[in-house]
This record gives sequence, C-alpha cells and structure tokens, in this order.
Amino acid sequence: MNIWLVMLFGGLITFAMRSSLIYLFGKFHVPETMRNALHYVPPAVLSAIIFPELFLHEEKLYLSLDNHRLLAGLVSILVAWWSKNILLTIIAGMVALFVLQILL
Amino acid sequence: MNASMKNFWAGVRAEIPLLIGVFPFGMIYGALALNAGLSKLASQMMSSIVFAGSAQFITTQLVSEATPGLVIVLTIAVVNLRHMLYSASLAPYLASLSTRWKVLLSYLLTDEAYAPTILQYEKEGLTPFSHWFLLGAGFALWFNWQVSTALGIFLGTAIPDSWSLDFALPLTFIAMVVPTLKNRPAIAAALSAGVVALVTYSLPYRVGLILAALVGIGVGTVLERKSDSRL
Repeated sequence: MNIWLVMLFGGLITFAMRSSLIYLFGKFHVPETMRNALHYVPPAVLSAIIFPELFLHEEKLYLSLDNHRLLAGLVSILVAWWSKNILLTIIAGMVALFVLQILL
Repeated sequence: MNASMKNFWAGVRAEIPLLIGVFPFGMIYGALALNAGLSKLASQMMSSIVFAGSAQFITTQLVSEATPGLVIVLTIAVVNLRHMLYSASLAPYLASLSTRWKVLLSYLLTDEAYAPTILQYEKEGLTPFSHWFLLGAGFALWFNWQVSTALGIFLGTAIPDSWSLDFALPLTFIAMVVPTLKNRPAIAAALSAGVVALVTYSLPYRVGLILAALVGIGVGTVLERKSDSRL
C-alpha cells in the first residue's frame, strides 16, 4: 500500500475513534454506572502514561537512587500536592532532574 | 474580550506547559520520518492527517521495516484506541454542539488536549462557551506539532538530549493528575492503572496503556460503589 493511502486510512480511523462517542452520545441512553466510570478516566489514563516514564528504563523496572527521573518525579508529585500549580510542578521537576544529573 | 475568545485563550494557556514537552518529540518525529525514507511532504502531512504522536512514531518505524500497509493501518488503529476513552469522557460536555463543531473538536482530540480540558470541565462544569476551551488547547497543540515537525524535517533534532526537555511532558501530566486524587477510589484508580501499565509495558502497540486505563477505571468504580453502600 502506498504511504499516502496508509496515512489517509490511518487518519480516518484515528478520527473515527476520536469522534465515536462524541458523536453517539445522546443518541442512546448511557447507563449511570458508565457515566460514573468516566470520572476515573483522567486519573487512570494519566497515571498509566506517567508510571512507565518514571519507573522504567529501557523497558526494565529501574528502582534505584540512580534513577534520576523517578526521584525528580517524586519531587514534582510533592510540589504538585502542596502547590496545586502546574508551572511550579514542572519547574521543580526539571530543576530536580538537572541537579540530580549534575550531583550524582 | 467576549466569552468565546476568553475560553479559547484559557485553553491555549492551559496547553502551554504541555507544548514544552511535546516540541522536542515533534522534532524527533520529523527527523525520524525522513530517516525512514518518507518524503519531506509525506513526513509533514502525516502530522496533519494522522495527528497522533505515538502512532506516527510507530508508523515511521514500521515503514522503515517495509511492513505491509494494511498492518500499519491496523497498528495505528490499536495504538489510538485510547482516544475512544477520551471521546466517551468528553462526550457529555459536547453533546449539544453542532456536527461541524464535533468534527473539528474530534480531529483535535489528543492526549495533550484531553488532559487540561477534562480537568477544566470537571472543575467548572458545562458553560455555554466551554467548547472554545478545547478548541484553544487543541489548536495550540496542533500548531506546535506542525511547526516542530517542520523544524525536525529541516534541522534534524537540534535540541540536545542532555536538556531532558522531553521530561516536561510526564511532569505536566503529574501536575494534572495529582489534583484529581481527591478520594480513595481516585487514588486506587491511579495506582492500579500505573502498576498495570508497568507490568504490561512490553506488550506491543501500546495495548498496555488501554488495559491499564480500563483496570484503573474498574477499580475506581467498584471502590466508589462500596463506599457509597457503606453510607
């Protein structure tokens, strides 16, 4: 298959999935349980993206004080908890990573 | 400034921290796509036709391995399955919009546009112009992705690895997830999804991410019911 066709079909399928429930919602009754469940999409999806970034290195579990990203991530979690400020959280995490890389 | 523009710019502002982390990825994608043998035009157009970071990286990889087109398309479908979750999650807030708006916002619905938008919607509830927020966040990311792809194509990856700019992306997600951990079901949802994501990480096509999300959603829902029935 030509690369342009691959991109076209890939793009169409991606669009279909992105629009699927936005389009269908309201066209049928959504059970209460399902609506409730949707509240857990943000914490579940975001954590599923974050954990591998912090805990894995080259697809292997990396639990060590040498894992600078894990330590910097923990610093940013504390700052996020305390400040509830996105910019401050990012700066704290980046500075922590930078300092750890220089010091250790 | 009218309410629609106000919401649009609020969306753009909320997206800015994510742009810092996404920018180096766009450049890396552009450089890799060229390396894989795609033309400059095709490399750039994939960023607007598919407009999905991880799917584009994997497509580039598969193209360089001369994978059959049908397999690549199916892979893109699996990698992007998680967008159905975002679609479901935002649907109640977008239900009253015209088809034209739904088409536009669906096209712009990425991980990075979803995250700040759902937090905003859960905090502020539905307002008459709240869809402009998603438009602002989505457009900011779209624009950033096109420009960073172009720079990657023409300059290569000009940002040194040692700057670790890519780390800004998980940090932004951390900043966004922590405020959602308001009660035990939410914390349990986050922890269980995270652990499952680690265990399933080596599964192909980011299937692990979908499994992890579903487990987290399940755990949160079940615990919420338990705590409700105790009252």
